[in-house]
Amino acid sequence: MVKHTKPKGFYDEFLRKAPEGGPAAGTTHYCPGCGHGTVHKLIAEAIEDMNIGDRTIFLSPVGCSVFAYYYMDAGNIQCAHGRAPAVGTGVIRTRDDAIVISYQGDGDLAAIGTAEIVHAANRGENMAVFFVNNAIYGMTGGQLAPTSLLGQTTATTPFGRLQEREGGPIHMAEVIDALDGPVFVERTTLSNAAGVMKTRKAVRQALSNQVERRGFSFVEILSPCPVGWKMTPVQSRVWMKEEMEKNFEVKKFRDRDHVTRSSGRMNLMDDDALLELLLPAEGKEAVSTAKLEEELRVKICGFGGQGVLSAGTLLANAAIVDGLEATWLPSYGPEMRGGTANASVVISSLPVGSPVIARPTALLAMNGPSLDSFEDDVVSGGLIIVNSSLVKQKVKRDDVKVIYAPVSAMASEAGFIKGANIVMLALYLLNAEAPSLDGLKSVIPRLIKKKELVDVNLKLIDRAEEFNKG
Amino acid sequence: MSKILIKGNSAIVRGALLGGATHFFGYPITPASEIAHSAAELFTKSGRTFLQAESETSAINMIYGSSAAGARVMTATSGPGLSLMLEGVSYLAGCELPSVIVDVQRAGPGLGNIWPEQSDYNTCCKGGGHGAFKNIVLAPASGQEMTDFAYKAFDLADEWRMTVILLSDAYIGQMMEPVGFPEEAKHGARKDYAVYGDAESRGNLVSSIIMNQQGLAELNAKLQAKYRRAEEELVDWEEQQTDDAEYLLAAFGITSRIASTAVRMLRADGIKAGLFRPKTLWPFPSGRLAELAGQVKAMGVAELNDGMMADDVDLAVAGTVPVHRFNWFGGYVPSAEELVAQVKEAYNG
Repeated sequence: MVKHTKPKGFYDEFLRKAPEGGPAAGTTHYCPGCGHGTVHKLIAEAIEDMNIGDRTIFLSPVGCSVFAYYYMDAGNIQCAHGRAPAVGTGVIRTRDDAIVISYQGDGDLAAIGTAEIVHAANRGENMAVFFVNNAIYGMTGGQLAPTSLLGQTTATTPFGRLQEREGGPIHMAEVIDALDGPVFVERTTLSNAAGVMKTRKAVRQALSNQVERRGFSFVEILSPCPVGWKMTPVQSRVWMKEEMEKNFEVKKFRDRDHVTRSSGRMNLMDDDALLELLLPAEGKEAVSTAKLEEELRVKICGFGGQGVLSAGTLLANAAIVDGLEATWLPSYGPEMRGGTANASVVISSLPVGSPVIARPTALLAMNGPSLDSFEDDVVSGGLIIVNSSLVKQKVKRDDVKVIYAPVSAMASEAGFIKGANIVMLALYLLNAEAPSLDGLKSVIPRLIKKKELVDVNLKLIDRAEEFNKG
Repeated sequence: MSKILIKGNSAIVRGALLGGATHFFGYPITPASEIAHSAAELFTKSGRTFLQAESETSAINMIYGSSAAGARVMTATSGPGLSLMLEGVSYLAGCELPSVIVDVQRAGPGLGNIWPEQSDYNTCCKGGGHGAFKNIVLAPASGQEMTDFAYKAFDLADEWRMTVILLSDAYIGQMMEPVGFPEEAKHGARKDYAVYGDAESRGNLVSSIIMNQQGLAELNAKLQAKYRRAEEELVDWEEQQTDDAEYLLAAFGITSRIASTAVRMLRADGIKAGLFRPKTLWPFPSGRLAELAGQVKAMGVAELNDGMMADDVDLAVAGTVPVHRFNWFGGYVPSAEELVAQVKEAYNG
């Protein structure tokens, strides 16, 4: 039976509503004949009877029930308009044992919060959603709701809701029932005593699903709003029966016999395991050997697929092994010219300032467009290495050192065409102040992901050495 | 400390986990997506929580719920996503809930492009959403600072009950640099205002609605007092070669790296330049800038926006020295050489 005394799940006095106490602390803020009071009461009684008050976290929406936290004796969170299912997701993913209740009206759930409710339902979050559908915006002054009926007159549909203009009412229970995630979906009505009793049962089912961790449960409750509808409480019950319930079918859509839903979380790592996961393995301490007077600015350029970006990371890693500072920046935006990919690597004994290279000290040109694009930028006295397998033109400048090396052919001869970038990089290191070729050799086994390719890469470095000797 | 070559966007996730982050809710967006990728791997593997939300709006509200339930929680996004999150950031401020947001800035307005700008400065440093509130805004300028700032952000957020924004950019996020990691994992403590779904916290309410004017005025006064205290206690910056500087370049994030090289080049050319790099953009180091205004002949602010930080520099120096503005837009990042040329023109011309 529905009790007619104040349920224990409510606060004894509503001091958040009336801090001074007195008669105002004993009544709700709802209008006469409103359905919210009934639904609040059904939930509060269930919380009390099921002894879950300590575990319950109650989410208040925006709308008439924005102040639900005045009444519900539980942990309370007030949410932004429509966002309660996302807030609830955050809560339940944080507190596995909490009973999360999201209490929402039609504007909150079926208009502004459509994405949040659909996705929380689809994920099957462990929460009970009570959706109070009264086909109108109450708190803001009787405007159109997504669930208003066709022809219904509201403050923003003074001539009635038109299919052609506003579209028809949205049927959320059916929408939620179309998803795989929920375990329990029912629509009930408060238009009569039997409907209230069915609502009471549905509320308890939704909450017991939470106690048993069975997953997302959705109860849409058709509810009267006599003030918003400009009717007497009696007229409003008739209108619900004759209009609303014809449009919104009162029924149980789904009651799945589901097993307990796990959190899906992996075992929580302790500090030691976390540090092992996150910190670099031991034994890679830099041994400072190299010293540079001036920073090196290396531009490695080529077609996408020639491995210029990975050559750049190998170069930067080799620098770190030699105790130098380094930055690696991929080709990016307006800097990317001529359809080439490029990596900018700056190496220095001091912390690197700008990672952006306007004047490279070295250009490693894997293809023709790269040479065209960047030849003029190289500093006087700088180094250009040209992949002569693919680049037919010659360097025009005479104030830079130039090496023509058929790195693609050399890699191809070794049976590994993709290693051309390694040959190029090795040649650079053989002609640069730093880092050392040994640095490169030491990082290759760690950084080459396919272990069977480590040997061929090391062999290509040997070939580069032979070539460099002439 | 062992260092590894790592992207700033990956380093930040490790710093966050070591800093005690247990929950990550986010929505992918370039150029911040590597953060989600790393978080999906490392939060999940370590038994923490990673969840890809249906939108940035939902992500920030998941953060709101998770923070209200006591977690150390974070997200990462870029401009268009940040705009969607601002509703939630305002609610977080109203409830004084801690959170950490990484903004890897891209170029705007609108969808813009995925290359760097620093044009979310005002959004982040002036509050951003509706209402009078502030966020603590840290400006990492390297992979190491992405790690270190993420490591301390959760302590700051919890201590101040504020949102901490790591205001990064596409270059600082995408660049690889050697980074070392802290070797101790931190953990958040229980919060007396949070709702844990237990008897002890049953009486708690997390809410930002206060219908009576006096009550809301009191909350605002409390927030403002906290912000004034933060301005005293949290402000942080770095100076390079300011001792004898006659020209002061001010910059944050990627432009501070370029300005650092520019200072070296300017000195080689006989201009005594120095660098002023705010590490906290809110609170802004106005006091130290005002001091430096008494020393230098002019200042220049280099940034990838229309002079947002320069406005704060202007306020700080109050017209006592000329403040030159060097601005770039659209994802274009200048070289140090370009900045040097502009400084020379402004200073000598």
